[in-house]
Amino acid sequence: MNPQDRPSHSVGSPKAASATPVLETRNLNIYYGSFLAVREVSMSIPNNQVTAFIGPSGCGKSTLLRCFNRLNDLIETFRVEGDLNYHGQNLYAPKVDAVDVRRRIGMVFQKPNPFPKSIYENVVYGARVNGYKGDLDELVERSLTQAALWDEVKDKLKTSGLALSGGQQQRLCIARTIAVQPEVVLMDEPCASLDPISTLKIEELMHELKQQYTIVIVTHNMQQASRVSDVTAFFNVRLTDTGKRSGYLVEHDRTENIFQNPKEESTQEYVSGRFG
Amino acid sequence: MTVRNPSSVTRPRSDTERILDQSFLWLTRLLAYAIAAVLLAIAFQVLVQSLPAIQRFGVGFIFSQDWDPVKESYGALPMIYGTLVSALIALLLAVPIGVGIAVFLSENFLPLQVRTVLVFLVELLAAIPSVVYGLWGIFVLIPILRGFGVWLFENFGWFPLFSTQPSGPGMLPAGVILTIMILPIITAISRDSLASLPPELRQASIGLGATRWETIIRVLIPAAFSGIVGAVMLALGRAMGETMAVTMLIGNANTVNVSLLAPGNTIASLLANQFAEASGLQVAALMYAGLILFVLTFIVNIFAELVILKVKKF
Ligand SMILES: Nc1ncnc2c1ncn2[C@@H]1O[C@H](COP(=O)(O)OP(=O)(O)OP(=O)(O)O)[C@@H](O)[C@H]1O
Ligand SMILES: [Mg+2]
Repeated sequence: MNPQDRPSHSVGSPKAASATPVLETRNLNIYYGSFLAVREVSMSIPNNQVTAFIGPSGCGKSTLLRCFNRLNDLIETFRVEGDLNYHGQNLYAPKVDAVDVRRRIGMVFQKPNPFPKSIYENVVYGARVNGYKGDLDELVERSLTQAALWDEVKDKLKTSGLALSGGQQQRLCIARTIAVQPEVVLMDEPCASLDPISTLKIEELMHELKQQYTIVIVTHNMQQASRVSDVTAFFNVRLTDTGKRSGYLVEHDRTENIFQNPKEESTQEYVSGRFG
Repeated sequence: MTVRNPSSVTRPRSDTERILDQSFLWLTRLLAYAIAAVLLAIAFQVLVQSLPAIQRFGVGFIFSQDWDPVKESYGALPMIYGTLVSALIALLLAVPIGVGIAVFLSENFLPLQVRTVLVFLVELLAAIPSVVYGLWGIFVLIPILRGFGVWLFENFGWFPLFSTQPSGPGMLPAGVILTIMILPIITAISRDSLASLPPELRQASIGLGATRWETIIRVLIPAAFSGIVGAVMLALGRAMGETMAVTMLIGNANTVNVSLLAPGNTIASLLANQFAEASGLQVAALMYAGLILFVLTFIVNIFAELVILKVKKF
């Protein structure tokens, strides 16, 4: 994989251009059955940066995000066309093991979804299924510390993960995801069900995490996108010839450009809240 | 529920509404108490009727192997043993099969239409009358199991469980028929509790790099555990109380025989067989045996609650 292969309309700033993209799509079409949910997305996700996906509801942000770690494989009607490369390797090539992909590309969901197990067992779950040989206690402490939850739970690691507050549960889910030490962390509206303080904690966390991980976050919160992300991709939906709605990538650039100086008018309208 | 705070009522309710409300409350309360009353009445009646036998034989009844109406000497050990062993055989076979089927039917290994048909067929198993199971057992199951029994006896006869020549009816056919009869209970309830788990659990596990099997075994089954235990306990209750099919297949021998190939008896089957001709002390002895079955089922249910409580921690 080398950077020159990237499509020309990709991220413009020198910093992003120098980084090798971790994930890259070319003319990616995503279908549910015969329904084309997302069409012709070509973009790249830069290394060790936060990429935000924004756009109106139903434009396919979650759908695209879930392609990145092949979580859509659980949906029978799901199908992709085009290329989705991870370090130059097509993720949907027949010989690629989806389980292996998900170990490298982790996911945090909109609704906190801890397992009905203890806090400790939640964090070590990924390590256990991956046959991790190291010290589990140390892994728990490290992951919970990274997720800014350690101080709050260190005395009750054996109690249920479900007994935590919503914001704590979400940080537990983040700890659980980073305990597997993935390269990429996908977050689908991770703060949607959280209060402002928990949201702030998770945003701070993202700043910390991007030192080590590449992050892709879906958000409906414009302030959040401008606060946490380095790169922003704006998606929209339009009617196709057959009268179905399908999502597409409008533009993709450094976050400051998207918010202050977008190329497309619809982006300008969306980020300024004048979207109709 | 019964406390009504007048200040929280924004609109005065009409008298009819109040009365209806009150009477509905009382009706449901009455029904709830009625269930408890019926249970107590039955237990009391059984206890009273078994008193002569309790006074005569005491606790020894549980440990004695005698069942002799002529000498008026009664002991229920063979039937208690038979009840527990036949139910245990059924559980050992039905739990793995039933939970397996439940997992299979709650996953998308098959197209939805096929699964729906299969679920319906499994539930249909529960609708077959037990006398039909008994007949099927006599004409189909026993001939099939006889060959298997002979093979077990010839090759593993040194092992106490298979140490007698198979006689046709016996503990093994009774256990197998019970397996088939409790399978739909275990399958249906376990499947329901697996299917009602939030899809987020599965996604979380898959998203952490677990395979489908790891997800099923480490997350889904533990999360559905209380439902599965409930299913197993309900099934155990059914297996211990099942009468007709067991009577037809177990051989009705009032002796304790460790071999599964030998005939035995259960409490329920004993009651069904002897009640018609019983009188005097024999009725009391049968009631006493019934009381023991009652207590056994009670213990099983308490045990189930304890298991669920222990697991519910999370
Ligand atoms: N499992 C599915 N089967 C069929 N269609 C689906 C499925 N999931 C999503 N879709 C469709 O795909 C389109 C994109 O959905 P998606 O959930 O990706 O949107 P989104 O941008 O994440 O929206 P939101 O901001 O509301 O979360 C929608 O039209 C939706 O109806
Ligand atoms: Mg979404």
